[in-house]
Amino acid sequence: MIKKAELTQAPQTAGPTAGTGTLRAHAPEVSAARARRWGAFYYAEQVLRVMKAYGWTIVMYGVGQPVAYLFAMGVGLATLVQANGAGAFGGVSYLTFIAPALLISAAVMTAANEFTFPVMDGFKWRRVYYGPHASPLTPEQIAGGQIIAVTVRFLLQSAIYFAVVALFGASPGAWGWVSILIATLAGLSFGLPLMAYAATIKEDRGQFAMVMRFIVMPLFLFSGTFFPLDTLPLGVRWIGWISPIWHGTELGRVVSYGYEEEPWLTIVHLVFLLVLAGAGWVLTKRQFAKRMAS
Amino acid sequence: MAGVFTKRLFHSLRASTTVVLVSELASKDAPVGSHAAAAPYVITAENLTKRYGDVVAVDGISFRVPAGEAFGLLGPNGAGKSTTMKMIGGVSQRTSGSLSIMGLDPEQHGPEVRAHLGVVPQQDNLDEELKVRDNLLVYGRYFGLPMSYLKPKADELLEFAQLSDKAKSKVDALSGGMKRRLTIARSLINEPRILLLDEPTTGLDPQARHILWDRLFRLKEQGVTLILTTHYMDEAEQLCDRLIVVDKGKIMAEGSPASLIREYSTREVLELRFGSERNASVGAELGGIGERLETLPDRVLIYAHDGEAALEQVTSRGLRPVTSLVRRSSLEDVFLRLTGRSLVD
Repeated sequence: MIKKAELTQAPQTAGPTAGTGTLRAHAPEVSAARARRWGAFYYAEQVLRVMKAYGWTIVMYGVGQPVAYLFAMGVGLATLVQANGAGAFGGVSYLTFIAPALLISAAVMTAANEFTFPVMDGFKWRRVYYGPHASPLTPEQIAGGQIIAVTVRFLLQSAIYFAVVALFGASPGAWGWVSILIATLAGLSFGLPLMAYAATIKEDRGQFAMVMRFIVMPLFLFSGTFFPLDTLPLGVRWIGWISPIWHGTELGRVVSYGYEEEPWLTIVHLVFLLVLAGAGWVLTKRQFAKRMAS
Repeated sequence: MAGVFTKRLFHSLRASTTVVLVSELASKDAPVGSHAAAAPYVITAENLTKRYGDVVAVDGISFRVPAGEAFGLLGPNGAGKSTTMKMIGGVSQRTSGSLSIMGLDPEQHGPEVRAHLGVVPQQDNLDEELKVRDNLLVYGRYFGLPMSYLKPKADELLEFAQLSDKAKSKVDALSGGMKRRLTIARSLINEPRILLLDEPTTGLDPQARHILWDRLFRLKEQGVTLILTTHYMDEAEQLCDRLIVVDKGKIMAEGSPASLIREYSTREVLELRFGSERNASVGAELGGIGERLETLPDRVLIYAHDGEAALEQVTSRGLRPVTSLVRRSSLEDVFLRLTGRSLVD
């Protein structure tokens, strides 16, 4: 990203030290210009380095979880479910039906972790945001950097997940790999509004545990994950309609096995996820700037 | 070995500009006014004010800092020192007044101002999961510095901070003093011309403080401008060329430690303890001894040019203090005189 040659344009300060030291930082003006341009990526690099410390957990999460779920649900439960006829699942195997849902859900659950506790750590526990805040980086870039790093994690984790799904033969369509991108988008559309909320929290009173229990879990269960949403009574079906997991899952089904739905509905899914992610990003930026400037 | 590295660090720091500028300086007591971009002052604050709701944290303070100076803000906790530092550091917006760092307004040119600075915050905020050396590398990246510069620079700074043997340790394995030194090393990664230090030695044991002071002295010798807040008078006396005494967001006095002591105190102080019951009542019997008398709950202070002579006068009046001590005046006495309160509550 940065060429060695640029270094030599460093500050030509006159005086006794000029030309004597081989090791020279470039001028503050150069630092500021680079930070304005690349700052979010500089911070993403930091977050990724920290993630490397628990990289093994990420890989295990990426491999272990799909294997466990696909075995339990797709192989175990499927024998029971399919005994009642595969028609309910659009003519595909139960495994093929739930694989996109599990992929999307895993990304959303990762979002629920990556956009909560680390944000609290940044502002309050270990105040890690305030180190880069004193550098040329802006609060918006710090938020952006964290999002970039988590997006990298989404992509990596979803790619591993997808590879396992494909090995199980549960993604028959040629466009199945697009579900990696859909999972990443679903993770962001759930995660960014949550990040904006996390940035407002000044005291930890177990809010994040509540989010997991009363938002993530119901969304996971009632988003057409294990059965089509329209088998649920209308009274609870709305949970699916507002759930990034449902919108993501439906998109995932379209690309992985050609699930048939109205084209306008496919567009609604996509727009819903994009709007939620976009709104979350705007609110997050605003909250980071407000909290760090006080 | 350490000497060689220090010398290298000296060369690698852009000391030259500041040194030249210091020699060009006019009187430090010149009145605050508008200045051209080429003015020798690296920091100029005029009527700087910060309010949080109804609370006025910084109440219209003005000061200027020439390049290469070690400038201190001395005051008790809550005086507005840290808030002032945050405004200088371009991370907190002022309510009113004007502020210029290296000729730039930190509110309009935040990244440019911060690129000039090294910041040592009051609370360490190192990356605890990363190794010691990686903390420096990662921080340097925020300034857009390439690894070809950062790797040797990090080793140099670890040597400077006496942490070379800890390069591969995790940060949480370091003692409080080591973490502080690492934070200082981190703040130097971009070779800043101005170093902001907010309560740099709070919470450190005496030995760790002395090591840290020694490192700061070296930076000062290299021409780095030091801006330092402290509520330790000895720290202010040791490190600062000039300081402002701040209380309740206002500047109470300004000058070099020696000149402040000369102006606001006597050469010596006689400290007498008569027991907590009697300190207040005995005050009345000490009238006329020394130039000034200060009665505190735990002791009576007599300000006099000659402390021993004052003590003789006390005993000649038949008063028998439990303990007596004659010492030189310090900034603590200056603060007591200016505010009627002690620095460390």
